[in-house]
Amino acid sequence: MLTIAMAKGRILKEALELFSRAGIPVSDSLNEDSRKLVITMPEAGFSLFLAKPMDVPTYVEYGVADLGIVGKDVLLEQERDVYELLDLRISPCRMAVAGKPDWRPGLYPRVATKYPRIAEKYFKEKGQQVEVILLNGSVELAPIIGLADRIVDIVSTGQTLRENGLVELEPICTVTSRMIANRASYRLKSEPISALMNALSKVIGECVRR
Amino acid sequence: MTKPLIFEKPTGFRDFPPPLAARKRMMEELIQTEFAKWGYAEVGTPTLEFYETVGQASAIAESRMFKCMDREGNTLVLRPDQTAPIARVVTSLLKHEPLPLRLCYHANVFRAQENEAGRNSEFFQSGVELVGEAGAEADAEVIALSVKVLTACRVDSFQIALGHVGLLEGFLRERIEDDEALTRLKEQLGARNLVEFRKQLGEIGLKESQRIEIETLVQAGTTLDQIKRLTSGSRSLAVQEAGQHLEELFEYLDAYGCAGAVTLDLGLVGSLDYYTGVYFEGYAAGQGFPLLSGGRYDGLYRHFRRFLPATGFAVQLDHLLAARPLRPEPRETIGLFYQADRKKEALSQARQLREEGYAVATHLLAEEDGLPEIAKRYDRVVTLPEGKGEGGC
Repeated sequence: MLTIAMAKGRILKEALELFSRAGIPVSDSLNEDSRKLVITMPEAGFSLFLAKPMDVPTYVEYGVADLGIVGKDVLLEQERDVYELLDLRISPCRMAVAGKPDWRPGLYPRVATKYPRIAEKYFKEKGQQVEVILLNGSVELAPIIGLADRIVDIVSTGQTLRENGLVELEPICTVTSRMIANRASYRLKSEPISALMNALSKVIGECVRR
Repeated sequence: MTKPLIFEKPTGFRDFPPPLAARKRMMEELIQTEFAKWGYAEVGTPTLEFYETVGQASAIAESRMFKCMDREGNTLVLRPDQTAPIARVVTSLLKHEPLPLRLCYHANVFRAQENEAGRNSEFFQSGVELVGEAGAEADAEVIALSVKVLTACRVDSFQIALGHVGLLEGFLRERIEDDEALTRLKEQLGARNLVEFRKQLGEIGLKESQRIEIETLVQAGTTLDQIKRLTSGSRSLAVQEAGQHLEELFEYLDAYGCAGAVTLDLGLVGSLDYYTGVYFEGYAAGQGFPLLSGGRYDGLYRHFRRFLPATGFAVQLDHLLAARPLRPEPRETIGLFYQADRKKEALSQARQLREEGYAVATHLLAEEDGLPEIAKRYDRVVTLPEGKGEGGC
């Protein structure tokens, strides 16, 4: 029996679609509206639990979940000691720096973000000194109300940015969802994990030899 | 920084209350018994070492070391591991001892944590170092000993994952000329990022067959036969030697009767630029973190101007305790309560009971006192004069 930690939200929906395309029987009781946090699927051989995306790598690192499905953005931010097994190529988006269209470098640059570690690393590598401000949501608000002149956030269609009068200034990296594994589970449960990986990689189209 | 509360401890450090301390001691004793049976002699080294010597030789990143300064202005580190200090001892105090040396330790090591406040910065490790032997028989000995230790500590289902850095390196070098690309690939394995590893492998411009060979080699759970097949046609001396070494290692493990506990994973590399040959980690069912890790580190001794091959492993006592919460056999406890005028009799009776193997604690009673609350803690209560304080608790 494999325990899988799933990031709630868009990733969950797309991951379940991917699972059913791969011929893995997923329970109907699992959908966006459900408030259930743990779902066992004996016919598929695993149980799923839904977690905040930022927490998924933690569950996996500590081994309470054998596998996790979560965005690369979270993996980059959390730097947890887990195996990154498979790029599921779902929920594609990118991490980017955004700001007002007329943004010019200032003397006291401030960057608001939910991803302080990614932001800090990015600007450090660019040789820019900026003050990184951690926000827990609605990051687009920061340039509008004058808390920061730029933000670092994930952008998928760019609609949220546009609606708030912001533009993408620099891309940082592309982001897709990944399947991650606990170090011990990767070895002690290698058979069911390989089987799941094989089934998924067929539909992802990525050639993975295991 | 705000003033610490009176009961606070520095971040990452902890106390061991009696039940935890008892378990830790018991586990260490179980491990020590095994180490001693295999001819390993215990050594101790200082808590503080010079950064210039032990600190630089250590496999632990500088950013994770606790540093301070001595009065002469030298940078000191709280020992980040026990292997480097033992290398210092071997090349100084023990340099005239005949090789091989079999040494073991039970010690605390210190590593600063960046990720979380709640994680430990002081770890307890029990480990062995086998110094001066380069052969497969030495690697097999420490692996077999690690299996024996886990068995002795009654960890029920465990597995040793085994990689071989020399074989991996030779195999990659035979196919990839670009040094930087090769280093990056190894870094991805070290970071356990298999997605990025495959991506980079696809971008180097290898032949399809070569790419598949590499991916097959690094997957977890390859068999020795698969590896033999992959390396049989090799013209690289490094690959041939490493392949031979691995084959001999398994012959020895087989002879030790523990080959079944070991699975191959050539993608397992450990601390990069530290391990030179085999590297292994021990995992138990239901435990997220490895219980032990070790391998061959023939490069370490050059920091101490000797060229000695060495191999060993360390058990992470915290993870082992979490995996196997063995409780010490309870010893029958006796509370001996006496009045001052009976002290001679009482203390001689206590001595006798202790010799018989009981745990005896004595309490002086005032003449008018009944049996105090603490009497409930003991399995048995003896009072002098007899019957004193009955019904008192």
